[in-house]
Amino acid sequence: MVEDRPFLNFLAHAVLILGVVVVAFPVYLALIASTHTAQAFSSGVIPLLPGAEMANNYMTMLGTGMSSSGAPPLGGMMLNSLIMALIISLGKIVISITSAFAIVYFRFPFRNLAFWAIFVTLMLPVEVRIVPTFKVVADLGMLNSYAGLSVPLIASATATFLFRQVFLTIPDEMLEAARIDGAGPMKFFRDILIPLSRTNIAALFVILFIYGWNQYLWPLLITTDDRFYTVVAGIKRMAEVADAVPQWNFVMAAVMLAMLPPVLVVIFMQRLFVKGLTETEK
Amino acid sequence: MIRIAAVSAIALAASLNAASAQTEVQWWHAMGGELGMKLDEMVAAYNASQSDYKVVASFKGTYAETMTAAIAAFRANEQPAIVQVFEVGTGTMMAAKGAIYPVYELMADMGEAFDPAAFLPSVVGYYTDTAGNLLSMPFNSSTPILYYNKDVFEKAGLDRETPPATWADVEAFSAKIMESGAAPCGFTTGWISWIQTENFSAWHNQPIGTLENGFGGLETELTVNGPVQQKHWENLKKWQDSGVFQYGGPVGGNDAPPKFYAQECAMIMNSSAGRAGVIANATNFEVGYGMLPYYDDVEGAPQNSIIGGATLWVLQGKDEAQYKGVADFFSFLASAEVQAGWHQDTGYLPITQAAYDLSTEQGYYTANPGADVSIKQMTLNAPTENSKGLRFGSYVQIRDIIDEEFQALLSGGKDAKTALDALVSRGNVLIREFEAANK
Amino acid sequence: MKRTIFGNQLLPWLLLAPQLLITAVFFLWPAGQAIWQSFLREDAFGLKTSFVGLLNYRALFNDGDYVNALGVTLVFSVAVAALSMGLALLFALAVDRMLKTANMYTTLLVWPYAVAPAIAGILWWFIFNPTIGILPYLLDFVGYDWNHSLQSGDAMVLVVIAASWKQVSYNFLFFVAGLQSIPQSLREAAAIDGAGPVKRFFTITFPLLTPTTFFLLVVNVVYTMFDTFGVIDATTQGGPAQSTNILVYKVFKDGFLGLNLGSSAAQSVILMGIVIVLTIIQFRYIERRVQY
Repeated sequence: MVEDRPFLNFLAHAVLILGVVVVAFPVYLALIASTHTAQAFSSGVIPLLPGAEMANNYMTMLGTGMSSSGAPPLGGMMLNSLIMALIISLGKIVISITSAFAIVYFRFPFRNLAFWAIFVTLMLPVEVRIVPTFKVVADLGMLNSYAGLSVPLIASATATFLFRQVFLTIPDEMLEAARIDGAGPMKFFRDILIPLSRTNIAALFVILFIYGWNQYLWPLLITTDDRFYTVVAGIKRMAEVADAVPQWNFVMAAVMLAMLPPVLVVIFMQRLFVKGLTETEK
Repeated sequence: MIRIAAVSAIALAASLNAASAQTEVQWWHAMGGELGMKLDEMVAAYNASQSDYKVVASFKGTYAETMTAAIAAFRANEQPAIVQVFEVGTGTMMAAKGAIYPVYELMADMGEAFDPAAFLPSVVGYYTDTAGNLLSMPFNSSTPILYYNKDVFEKAGLDRETPPATWADVEAFSAKIMESGAAPCGFTTGWISWIQTENFSAWHNQPIGTLENGFGGLETELTVNGPVQQKHWENLKKWQDSGVFQYGGPVGGNDAPPKFYAQECAMIMNSSAGRAGVIANATNFEVGYGMLPYYDDVEGAPQNSIIGGATLWVLQGKDEAQYKGVADFFSFLASAEVQAGWHQDTGYLPITQAAYDLSTEQGYYTANPGADVSIKQMTLNAPTENSKGLRFGSYVQIRDIIDEEFQALLSGGKDAKTALDALVSRGNVLIREFEAANK
Repeated sequence: MKRTIFGNQLLPWLLLAPQLLITAVFFLWPAGQAIWQSFLREDAFGLKTSFVGLLNYRALFNDGDYVNALGVTLVFSVAVAALSMGLALLFALAVDRMLKTANMYTTLLVWPYAVAPAIAGILWWFIFNPTIGILPYLLDFVGYDWNHSLQSGDAMVLVVIAASWKQVSYNFLFFVAGLQSIPQSLREAAAIDGAGPVKRFFTITFPLLTPTTFFLLVVNVVYTMFDTFGVIDATTQGGPAQSTNILVYKVFKDGFLGLNLGSSAAQSVILMGIVIVLTIIQFRYIERRVQY
C-alpha cells in the first residue's frame, strides 16, 4: 500500500464485501432451496430462510435418487464423476510428463512433427469436433464406459508444455551427474525429474481435477446408461422432467453436492490451485 | 484394427449368447422414472409369458437422445431391433427406407396374425402410409386437452361443471375470472407448436402442409399460415397483451403448469398424459376437464385432435429369429389386457378399440372422470387428410422455428401474418434440404 | 535446448506413443472426418451420401440463423469479457490495498472457478425463473416485467451474468498477480509527485496491466466461445428466437438434435478456423508468463 487513506480503505472493504456477497448469493439460494419441501416453491416466491427438510432431501438424493426423472442415486453419479476426473487428471499428467521428457531429453527424427501434433490438440476443443469424435468413440464400442468418458479428453498440450518448461529449467549438470553415476534415462526420469516436478504435478492435478469433474457436454452425449451418468451431466436430466415441474428442492440438493468436491479442492489447496492456474494459463 | 477387434469381440459375445435357447430382442426406449418402471413390468410379463424370446429394454435418455443413439448405432451397425421414436421423428424414420422395417411388412413376413382394423384409426393414422399400412407400432400416445380450475370458476360466478367449448367462451370466461378477481390470468398452455399450431389446425380441419400434411411425399410444403391459424395467433397475441393468456415458454412450455398449479391461470391446455401429474400438483383445488376450444365460425370445427407421443420402429439388419420375436412381442403389446393396463396406469391413449372397451367395462372411466375426454376428442370425427397427423422431415427443427416465430409475435417484433409466413418459408427451406438429402 | 541428451532412438517414441495415439485417434482423425463430412450431403442414417463441394458452407452464409449466431457469439463474448474483467479488476485493486485480509478475500472470491458452467447456469436460471425466481419478483417492484423466455434482451443478460459469475474469479487471480508484479517504487514515486489514486491508476497501474488484460481478453473470448456450452444448455437453450444461440451450441443443435450432419460439420470446421486464429494470436502477440 502506498499511503493510508481511510476512505479508500473503507471503499475497498465495501467493494470486496459486496463482491463476496454477490458471488455467494446464488449458492446461498441453492442451499436454502435444498432445505425445503417441493411444495414450498408452488406458492410463487422462493423462500429466503432455511427450511426443515435438509437432511431428508440430501438423504433422498444420495440414497435413492429421483425416480420421477429417471435419475439414479447421486452417490453413484458422484463416484462416476470422481473416477472420470481422476482418470482424466492422472492420465493427462502421465502422458504429458512422458511426452515432455521425450521431447526435451532426446533427439530423434520427426521430433518437431511430434511436438506440433501435440500442439494441435490446443486448437481442437471437444466442442468443435464433437460429432466425428462421437462417431469414433461409438465405432470403438466405448459409449457408456469409463474409457469413453475419459480417454478422448486425455491428450493435453498445455500439460506437456508445462512439463517441458519445468524440465528446461533443470540444470544440465543434474543429467551429467546422473550419467556419471551410470543412470539410464528411465532411472533419471524416475529419480530426478519426477521428484523435482512434484509441486508442478500437484498444482496441475488440482486444475485438471476440476476440469475433469466439470465436464458436461461430453458425458451428456456418450452416456445413455444411468450406471455411467456423471453428476454434472445428470443434473440436467433432473431439471428437465417431462409433464411435471422440476422438484427444486432435490435439484438444488444435487447442485450443492455436485459442486462441493471441486470447491473444497480449491479452498483447501488454494496455493496449489493458484500456482496451477497461473502456470498453465488454461 | 481396434475397430475390427472390437467388432469381433462383439460378434463373439453375440455367438455365446446364441448358445442359450432364447433369442434376445433389444429395445431402446426413452421412458424414464415411473413410466420406465411400468415399461419394465410389461417387458417382464412378456418374458415370463413365453420362453422363445427375451426382450431386453434399455433406457437411452430423452426422445431426441434415444433417436440419435439409435441412428449412431445403426451407422456403426450395432442397432437395436426396436427403438422408440417420438412423433416428430416420424418423417425422418419413414424416409430412411433401407433402415426401417415397416410393421405391416414385418407382421406379414413373420406370419403373425395382425388386424389393422382393430386399431383406433385416429391413433394409428398418424403412423400409416398413404395406403393405410401401419409403419410403426403406436406405443405411448396422448392428445392435448383442456384442464380447468373448478374452484376458480365457481368463485368467478361460472358453472363449475362447464368448461368453455369455444374460444369465444374462453375469452368471456377469462374476462369474468379476471374481473371478479378469482384469478389474475385466464389461461396458459403447454406446447405452442403441438397444441396451438398443429392440433389447432387439425381441430379446425385446416391443412398444415400440402400433400396431406406431408403424408403424400417429400415434396410437401408447409401451409400453416392460413387465415384461421393467423386469426388464432393474432388472438393469442391480443390475449397476452391484455393478460388473459400467459406464455409458458418454448417447446413443452415448462413454465405453464406452475401457473396453473399456483392458481394464477384458471385454465391450461396440455397433454392428456399429464393428467396424473396435474392431479398430484393441484393440491388446493379441484380440476375439471374439457375438450380443446374451437372457433365456431370455422366450418368443420371441431374435427378431431391429433396425437403426440412415440411409436416403436423396427430397424433393419437383424436376423429372422429376432424379427419373429419382435412380431410376437408386438402382438402381446397390442392385446387388450396389456393395452388397457398401460392406458390406465400411465394416462396414455389405448391403441385398440378392444382396450378402450375393456377399460370401460372395468369401470375405469367412471372412477376417473376426465380420463376419457382425450379419447372422445380423438374419435370425434373420422380423420380427414388435415387431421390424420403430419409428416415432415427435419420436424424437430421446424418445431423450434414455430417457437421462435411465436416468441417474435409475442415480443412485438412481428404480427401474426409475418410470423406465420416466416415460419412457413424457413420451414420449407429445411424440408427442401431434407428432401435433397433423402431423395 | 538441452546440451546433454540421451541417445536412445526407440525410447522417445515409446514415451510419446500414448499422447500421439490419443491425439491421432480422438483429435486428428475426427477433425479430418469433420472436414470431409463438411463437403458431403448425407441423410441421418448414412444411407445416401453425395459430394456437394462447398454447398454446406455457402448455405451457412446465406442462412440468417448462422449469421445471427455469429453476431450473438460476438456480443456474448464481448459482454462476458467486459463484465467479468471489469469486476475482477475492481476486486483485484481492492484486494491489493489489503494487508492482513487479502488472503481471506481471495479465498472467498475464487471458489466459483470450481463450479461447472452448467451448474452456474442452473443457479442463475433458478434466480431468474419467471415463476419462482427472486430477481423477477424484486424487479416487479420497480416495474420491470422480467421474462427471458420471451425477451431476447433479458435472455442475453441472464446468460452473460451466469457465464461471467464464474469467470470473475479466474480474471481476478491474474489481475492480482499482475498488480503484484508492478514495482512498488513506481507507485510510491508517483504518490510523492502528488498523483492521486485515480490518476496513478490510469497513468501507471493500468498501462502496466495491459499485457495481462490483453491475455485475459483472449482467454475470455475462448472461454465464452467454447466452455459456456453448459451455461446456454442449462438456461435458454439458445432461445428465445435464437437470441442466445452461440456457434458452439448451434453445432450441437444442428448435428445432434437436427441430424443435419453436413451443415454441422461445416460449422465445426469454421469453429476450428476461429480457434486456430485465436491460438496463434495468443502465442504470437501475447507476453506469456511461461515461455514455451
